[in-house]
Amino acid sequence: MLPDGFAGVTVAAAIEEWDSAAIEDGKAERGEVTLFIQPGKIRACCQFLKQKLQFERLSNVTAVDRLPAEPRFEIVYHLHSIERSERLRLVCRLGGGNPEIDSVVSVWSAADWYEREVFDLFGVAFKGHPNLKRLLMPEDWVGHPLRKDFPVHGKRYEYRDE
Amino acid sequence: MSEQGVENQRGERRMVLNMGPQHPSTHGVLRLILELEGETIRKAEPDIGFLHTGIEKQFEALPYQQAVTLTDRVDYLANLSNNLCYALAVEKLLDIEIPPRAQWMRVLLAELTRINSHLVWLGTQALDIGAMSVFLYCFREREDLLRIFEMFSGQRLMTSYIRIGGLALEPPRGWEKIVGKFINEFPGKVEEYENLLTENPIWKSRTVGVGHVPLDVLIDRGVTGPLLRAAGLDWDIRKAEPYCGYEHFQFDVPLRTGGDVYARYLVRLEEMRQSAGIVTQAMEGMPGGAWKADAPHVVLPDREKMKTQMEALIYHFKIVTEGFQVPEGEVYQVVEAPRGELGFFVVSDGSAKPYRVFMRTPSFGNLQALPDMIRDRLVADVIASMGSLDFVLGDVDR
Repeated sequence: MLPDGFAGVTVAAAIEEWDSAAIEDGKAERGEVTLFIQPGKIRACCQFLKQKLQFERLSNVTAVDRLPAEPRFEIVYHLHSIERSERLRLVCRLGGGNPEIDSVVSVWSAADWYEREVFDLFGVAFKGHPNLKRLLMPEDWVGHPLRKDFPVHGKRYEYRDE
Repeated sequence: MSEQGVENQRGERRMVLNMGPQHPSTHGVLRLILELEGETIRKAEPDIGFLHTGIEKQFEALPYQQAVTLTDRVDYLANLSNNLCYALAVEKLLDIEIPPRAQWMRVLLAELTRINSHLVWLGTQALDIGAMSVFLYCFREREDLLRIFEMFSGQRLMTSYIRIGGLALEPPRGWEKIVGKFINEFPGKVEEYENLLTENPIWKSRTVGVGHVPLDVLIDRGVTGPLLRAAGLDWDIRKAEPYCGYEHFQFDVPLRTGGDVYARYLVRLEEMRQSAGIVTQAMEGMPGGAWKADAPHVVLPDREKMKTQMEALIYHFKIVTEGFQVPEGEVYQVVEAPRGELGFFVVSDGSAKPYRVFMRTPSFGNLQALPDMIRDRLVADVIASMGSLDFVLGDVDR
């Protein structure tokens, strides 16, 4: 459902017309538009935005861990239309249990490494990604460093009596 | 190198070659897994992450102002661009206004940084291809620039000079003379590089037509910056989404349509000239006034005020001990860094430390296009294509 005050935002109105269930929420702060998209519709929504609204660039994909809040993860997509010099932020909220979302690599191949990075550092799986494996951390690494329950300074050294 | 190799569908043997992680032309620590048929590359896969230092995680443990030092270490050839982007993002969250003098100074330093970064690129790209002398010429000028950065900030590389709320220090006395001397001489120096390379038949045979990728593929792969402008796309963030007062400066966006290594060389060379023009404009039009914002809860007070005013002393104590609170919200700020679109996504939860900082670094996006550039080409072209991408591995791995 279109949030209050978003009827004048062209992009939001166009998505609303295309699928009235796609937008869960939205906000426009500091001149930046954020739309919260229902996670199941992200790939179709991106396809629509790219083809019909000239968002030909995917600038990046990243995530925010909202621990202990639930839904825990926010997957953030920054879209850009060079033609209109317009930017758009899409956010999908995912629960912390077994976070999984559709990959958008088939829409923009730029998503390839960005999604792998989120998989690596947050442990969010992307369904339909052609090569989903760790990108920055070693392959045998345990854990996902950018999760809030992962310590910043590693484990404290333990002294033992010999 | 694998002795057995991989068989393709036709039963032919392919050799798998590991290029890097330690290779002089990978400009850092990058591993490329190449599948070769003779001298021809059939498949290439970059393996990154060797320089991953968890900078985004470290942001979450530092107060906003201290975290400026982390931004230097991302792209260590364009420190001031990174400082600038981060400062702009946090200032947008704080909603503070930066006085014109500080803005002009930031533009001036950002453009000197662009020249510095392009000089390193030109020198190393020429060195990779075999033109040793260009490297020495470029590093001669780069030395002058590093001295200028040192004069401003006390540091040659890790400057941290652009801070939230303005600049770290008042610009040093006599900077106009030294920067002016450099900028007056610089166009002549660019002429020298051009004489060495532009019509050089060896240079041209190694670069013309090499690494060509169609424009739509480049955009789809997430490539930004000079690489797109060398393929004919007129898009520069300084013009399209002006920040930090760039709308007050006159400059051209150099374009080429070749889309190959040679076109990228011409675009970057012209960008250096344009940057020199912007620096001149910034020097001539430098407004007077304050070099830091009037925001006592964010910017440290002057030393003199601290000795005479109670409020200044209290603000100083509070900022140093607990930092400053940033209103809740998130912001995505982009700047045109030397390599392309640099974006900082800063999320605040209202405390004195960032909740999450994501850096959209240009090298990361650009490197994704490398396999397209070198597929079905010769091994020797890998070096030229890789150099033309101008990536910094610290920028890729963060």
